[in-house]
Amino acid sequence: MFTYLVQRLATIIPTLVFVSMLIFGLQQLLPGDPAIILAGEERDPDVVAYLRARLHLDEPLPVRYLYWVGGVLQGDLGESLRIQRPVLDLILEKLPVTIQLASMAIVIALVIGVTAGVVSAVKKDTIWDYAANVIALWGLSTPNFWLGIMLILLFSVSLGWLPASGYVPPTEDLGANLAAMIMPAFVLGNAIAAVLMRHTRSAMLQVLSADYVRTARAKGLAERVVILKHALRNALVPVITLGALEFGTLLSGAVLTEQVFTIPGFGKLIVDAVFNRDYAVVQGVVLFTATAYITLNLLADLAYFLVNPRLRG
Amino acid sequence: MATAAAEVLTDAPRELSPTRRALRRLVRRRGAMFGLAVIVFFVAVAILAPYIAPHDPLKTSWAAVRKPPSATYLFGTDEIGRDVLSRVIWGARASLLAGVVSVSISLSLGVPIGMLAGYLGRWPDAIISRITDAMLACPFLILAIALAAFLGPSLTNAMIAIGISATPIFIRLTRGLVLSTKVEDYVEAARAIGNPPLRIAFRHILPNIAAPLMVQATLAIAAAIIAEASLSFLGLGQQPPAPSWGSMLNTAKNYIDNAPWMAVWPGLSIFLLVLSFNLLGDGLRDALDPRHR
Repeated sequence: MFTYLVQRLATIIPTLVFVSMLIFGLQQLLPGDPAIILAGEERDPDVVAYLRARLHLDEPLPVRYLYWVGGVLQGDLGESLRIQRPVLDLILEKLPVTIQLASMAIVIALVIGVTAGVVSAVKKDTIWDYAANVIALWGLSTPNFWLGIMLILLFSVSLGWLPASGYVPPTEDLGANLAAMIMPAFVLGNAIAAVLMRHTRSAMLQVLSADYVRTARAKGLAERVVILKHALRNALVPVITLGALEFGTLLSGAVLTEQVFTIPGFGKLIVDAVFNRDYAVVQGVVLFTATAYITLNLLADLAYFLVNPRLRG
Repeated sequence: MATAAAEVLTDAPRELSPTRRALRRLVRRRGAMFGLAVIVFFVAVAILAPYIAPHDPLKTSWAAVRKPPSATYLFGTDEIGRDVLSRVIWGARASLLAGVVSVSISLSLGVPIGMLAGYLGRWPDAIISRITDAMLACPFLILAIALAAFLGPSLTNAMIAIGISATPIFIRLTRGLVLSTKVEDYVEAARAIGNPPLRIAFRHILPNIAAPLMVQATLAIAAAIIAEASLSFLGLGQQPPAPSWGSMLNTAKNYIDNAPWMAVWPGLSIFLLVLSFNLLGDGLRDALDPRHR
């Protein structure tokens, strides 16, 4: 276990180094002098001079990278020029909103995706299987911002059941918070449900033909017990590890969903930063996302390792 | 006598080439054929846009602001009186262009780099693989947004951003395919008779890994179309007043309570086109996968 952990950790270090180089390199894409562009439209000479010093623009590129990465390692992701606040503070402030949205989306995706996957595997080649596949294809092909707009049209404009926007913190009013979050969470969960459904279906089909499932049936156990207790439990292991890879889809989706439903989360932070040309925030968000993605994949790998005794050997 | 022999020859079961057999399997898949038909339809719409659009997609009319669908304006009009149908028709150009151009960028970068990594191995492979891992660690759309933000908002930059963001998938796929192909006997044979590495890579390996790359490219077009629509929705793609489905939805969102038709048609078009590429990609995969033979 320890050797595996060390080996696995050793592989993510070079990845993180390259991620940081990639994100630092984004700044080089800006046409012209970064200090002048970053200073915004006023081009205040004081701001330009401050930026030049802060970004060490007079130094060669590798030295600038080292300065930048040194700051990042100490938790300094730069400063938002627009709001004059450290980028890390902004990210940490918006993060809980997105975490709540993402968690609700995952629950919805698991309920829809795993149920549909189990049904389509158990009822293979029937109308149920066909219907589940159609739903999966729908989930993969619908742009989530459009689905969001259509849900607003149905549930907010026509039926008047749910608010179209207006985020309320859960600490203030949990009911209003859930009412505002349920549509965006469904929109976000929809695409991931489709992926989970496909994974669950193939994992279940494999497990259902295994010897221990045949044994369970031969013992005379009820079909429900065989499917839920013997088959699904084993099929869920690959589903959960593969599902962890969908974290990227979740964050990408959150950017659009938060925009549609005006939710003040992580996704809205990056979009607003893009429009305010607040490049340090854009870089910070991408770096934070990539690091979180790498960490989550590491945790998923470890979880897989822990639940699968054959790997521990 | 000669004709009889010829008849015997034609009656004998013919051995179909693998491509013909795959094509035959593809044609039998209704989903894939539906997808292909819809794609052909949208391509035709995009090419013929100047001839079939009933109105000028940019012409505003204060007398026809947010008019519901009618005989004059089949899909209704938008917030400044432009014809939604004409804008949907012209918008097909941006979406299809973005899909095809971005994936061409990914293919032309990803395939050679992946082949290099897979074929050379050792340190070039190690470096390329680490860079690929790093790019894959950034969620696709977030990387595309960041690239588009730094490059500046325009359709061309959106296509470049999407193309670059999708490249690591092709690098990884090509590398894996090359690794399993380069140990095949025919590659060994080509090497043994003294073919230079570049010739082996392009004449012997590439044709044999083309099928899975084609499947991935088709599915990537679907993802690229959604990505372009997403970037345009966020204001980072096609710039107004030029029509694109994503930016139409961005405006439509603000008028959802009194002009819902503005949102329905562009969204439906994205959905149909993306669905079709997904169906075609799935069909191609089933038809080309040797395990289905």
